Amino acid sequence: MRHDEEPRIGVFVCHCGSNIGGWLDVPAVAEYAGTLPYVVHSEDNLYTCAEDGLAAIRKAIKEQDLNRVIVASCTPRTHEPLFQATCEEAGLNRYLFEFVNIRDQCSWIHMSEWDAATEKAKELVRMGVAKATRLVPLDRSTAPVELVAMVLGGGITGMTAARAIANSGFEVYLVERRSVLGGLLNRLHKIWPTEESPRQLLDGLEADLEANERVHILTGTEMVDLKGFVGNFDVTLMPVEGNGDGLDLKVGTIIVATGADEMKPDGLYGYGEVEGVVTELELETMLREGNLPEIGNAVFIQCTGARGQRVTYCSRVCCMTGIKNAMELRELYPEASINVLYRDIMAYGISYEELYQRARVKGVGFIRHPKEEPPRVETGPDGKVRVTYRDVILGRDIVQDVDLVVLSTPLVQHEDAKELAQMLRVPLGQDRFFFEAHVKLRPIDFASDGIFLAGTAHGPKDIEESIVQALGAASRSLTFLKAGQVLSEPIVAVVDEDSCIGCGNCIEVCPYGAIELKEGGKRGQVAEVNPGLCKGCGTCPGACPSSSIQQLGFTDEQILAMITALANGGD
Amino acid sequence: MTEDEWEPKILVFCCNWCSYAGADLAGVARLQMPTHFRVLRVMCSGRFKPEYAFKAMEQGIDGVFVLGCHIGDCHYLEGNHRAKKRFEVLEDMMVHLGVEPGRIKIDWVSASEGVRFQAVITEFVAHIKELGPSPLGGGR
Ligand code: SF4
Ligand code: SF4
Ligand code: FES
Repeated sequence: MRHDEEPRIGVFVCHCGSNIGGWLDVPAVAEYAGTLPYVVHSEDNLYTCAEDGLAAIRKAIKEQDLNRVIVASCTPRTHEPLFQATCEEAGLNRYLFEFVNIRDQCSWIHMSEWDAATEKAKELVRMGVAKATRLVPLDRSTAPVELVAMVLGGGITGMTAARAIANSGFEVYLVERRSVLGGLLNRLHKIWPTEESPRQLLDGLEADLEANERVHILTGTEMVDLKGFVGNFDVTLMPVEGNGDGLDLKVGTIIVATGADEMKPDGLYGYGEVEGVVTELELETMLREGNLPEIGNAVFIQCTGARGQRVTYCSRVCCMTGIKNAMELRELYPEASINVLYRDIMAYGISYEELYQRARVKGVGFIRHPKEEPPRVETGPDGKVRVTYRDVILGRDIVQDVDLVVLSTPLVQHEDAKELAQMLRVPLGQDRFFFEAHVKLRPIDFASDGIFLAGTAHGPKDIEESIVQALGAASRSLTFLKAGQVLSEPIVAVVDEDSCIGCGNCIEVCPYGAIELKEGGKRGQVAEVNPGLCKGCGTCPGACPSSSIQQLGFTDEQILAMITALANGGD
Repeated sequence: MTEDEWEPKILVFCCNWCSYAGADLAGVARLQMPTHFRVLRVMCSGRFKPEYAFKAMEQGIDGVFVLGCHIGDCHYLEGNHRAKKRFEVLEDMMVHLGVEPGRIKIDWVSASEGVRFQAVITEFVAHIKELGPSPLGGGR
């Protein structure tokens, strides 16, 4: 086999435009790579991942008879599959490829240290060459995908995703912990720009879901346990209330559409203390139920709790919600004075600027205040709410006694999101929203295959954006369901039966019960790994007293060679 | 090599799912930090073996840092627990060999903690600089 021949390594060092080349000496790194053992070809490319870069790899594999390839560029987390596929196209096993990250973990973080960053890149390449020299070809195996999807969260996002999956011919479980579908939309009065009731949207969706026999709606239900991996998740569901029976499911893919909550701004602008101070959703409930008091004047306070007050982010939807509701009050009470106090109005996109302009024309007042001088809210005379705010144009404080103060607060992650994140083994970001695999390249995926993300669980979004992402997540999910099988990474553990002493230490540490003892070897018993169960964590080698168990792709030999390569040659 | 010219060489094991992603995120955010560390990617911090720290230091590497997912977040359930236990044993052995505490270290960085990655790396590099060359390094 080729890999038993002497290694012939090709190294491709990428400028990434100026992302790498602007901060360290890429040609020098390529030249240095050419001096390393077994490297028979090295070059630098403007963009190794562009078609001409990939063509250069294929050409060198053929012309130089390369049997190992290294790309020193960005990160394996986004680009490894591309370069592996390129190797395959040129007839090289994809596991004879090694990635060296000299951008995210070098040029981008050492932007004022040209020489030291160049040195570091060379050393990283040297470590990569040491590993590549010891790579062996591996084969991926396939496993069937359970042709069922599960959607967590039955708001507009989850409902949309579930319908799309069912319409494509697959079974889908729609799991909602509340007793009804619809999520936050249940609490809205009207939705912009159609000015229809959210019920119209929800009723249509719900009817579709109920009419489709492939959809299983499980309200009042939550996930309590999750095991397995893409294609083969084992899910345990339980009723939220009472102690009814649980349900065990096997699903192939999971969509996380668990939504968000409206922030309750306790202690801000008199909320929870002063009568007549409400949030946007509380106002919408009153509008829907028609039990608003008579209003002569009302004030909206934007960015309550957002943009540095309690959370750092802009919640994207609250400006529009505030303006929408200000207009609604304007129409209900034509004589009333309705003012919106704001720091900045974020009327982004196509239809929202129009809404903002329309509100101004209709006589909603917009009054700006500096971040440092937020309005003050206290109990006023005769059951009114006293609002004192700085008018920057007039340059003085204005005191107004109003009937209603509406606080525009941000969408926030559910209190208990961490539990769900740990169950799913996916990360939450700094603002506690679910964190995608890559902001630009994989915005709907989690890093873990087979789990996708949509809607406000991912961060504040409006209805349209949530629906778009729901369809995206459904489509990502369908990619796996339609394929019907997944390729599993062959970086599993293997046992050297000649040296294994049958102690069973490895069995104890394996989190997946992938190892068993069987008869054999010199001492009567040896460990045996079931590659179907092994997930390739590499924990077992650390438990083995005789170094008999190794993780393919991350063997002791490979790791130690990298360490030696790093240590030596630095003098 | 004279004392003034000495620059530490530091090996950092990062797990694929959390700390490596956090390191990438630090890059995306252009968070600047000292150059003296090199990341070796493994799938899980549970892949770390104490032997690696000895081999590294014997050959002149001045500090070894293992970064995994926060406890409870390991992609493979409990690899980081395992790593932590092994680390405790390793730390004792290192002390016996006269290696200063803090020259080897284990810590946790999530995929969204680019800022934390920068902070723990900067601090670790500064600490190793303070300690000077590794006593196991054979006078490199
Ligand atoms: S690599 Fe991990 S999953 Fe595989 S056998 Fe070893 S401990 Fe188990
Ligand atoms: S720990 Fe090593 S020696 Fe013991 S059973 Fe596992 S492979 Fe064999
Ligand atoms: S995967 Fe990060 S510590 Fe296990």
